[in-house]
Amino acid sequence: MTKVNGKTEAVTGLNIAEIVEKFGYNKARVAVELNGNIVPKAKYAETVVKENDTLEIVSFVGGG
Amino acid sequence: MIPSKEEFFNGLAAKHGLELQKKFEAASVAVCGAGGLGSNIAIVLARAGVGRLKIIDFDKIEITNLNRQQYFADQIGLFKAQALKENLAKIAPYCEVTAEVAKITEENVTELLKGFPIVCEAFDKAEAKAMLVNTVLENMPETYLVSGSGMASLNSANLIKTRKITDKFYLCGDLTNDVAAGNGLFGARVLVCAAHQAHAVLRIIAGEFDC
Repeated sequence: MTKVNGKTEAVTGLNIAEIVEKFGYNKARVAVELNGNIVPKAKYAETVVKENDTLEIVSFVGGG
Repeated sequence: MIPSKEEFFNGLAAKHGLELQKKFEAASVAVCGAGGLGSNIAIVLARAGVGRLKIIDFDKIEITNLNRQQYFADQIGLFKAQALKENLAKIAPYCEVTAEVAKITEENVTELLKGFPIVCEAFDKAEAKAMLVNTVLENMPETYLVSGSGMASLNSANLIKTRKITDKFYLCGDLTNDVAAGNGLFGARVLVCAAHQAHAVLRIIAGEFDC
């Protein structure tokens, strides 16, 4: 099963750009890690999530 | 009368232990943003005896900053990076502080952060936070990065945590309370997040990589 932010989600076969959109994140505010490695923004569309991958989408909020 | 460098070191070693104090003194940390997070992170690290700090910020101090940022009333209108350097010199006179009045962009990140193996993201805008985190993680794989996200509102301070996202990327905050959602920024809660970030940095320097 593929995990997104710790939860099992049906995202296998989708690319990162599709997943970011599917969950309603703003692409300009996220950092995405696939199996512990950062996914470069330029590679979102070509990076396809496979079965058993672990995806972490960090969506930043303002304030500091 | 300001104590000597050796007296300062010995005072800190008495609190932290000699071996750890040597590590703190040898450490170099860059703080990106000198607002509510960055000014507090820098002061905590300087007080701990971190040897070298680089403060990068393009902004000037405003009256609305003083509820949470470590500046004095007579510093309103000054560049934050330079004012923080002055304040740090009074607190920790032997901490080597570089103040850079600059806006950090994708293009200049690598150059500005060169020589600093630990970086704190302490911006206020979500897009700027994401830009810095993405750029550092993509281009500077050896760098430890400690970021803050989610410290607005008067919600419980207990919601603020440190999470380890990758081997080199730590994220502090409640991750949800956005200042843009009409939440205020309250000094104590911002300081809790800044303290999480500063503590994560000290643990990294100490070789304690869990959170």
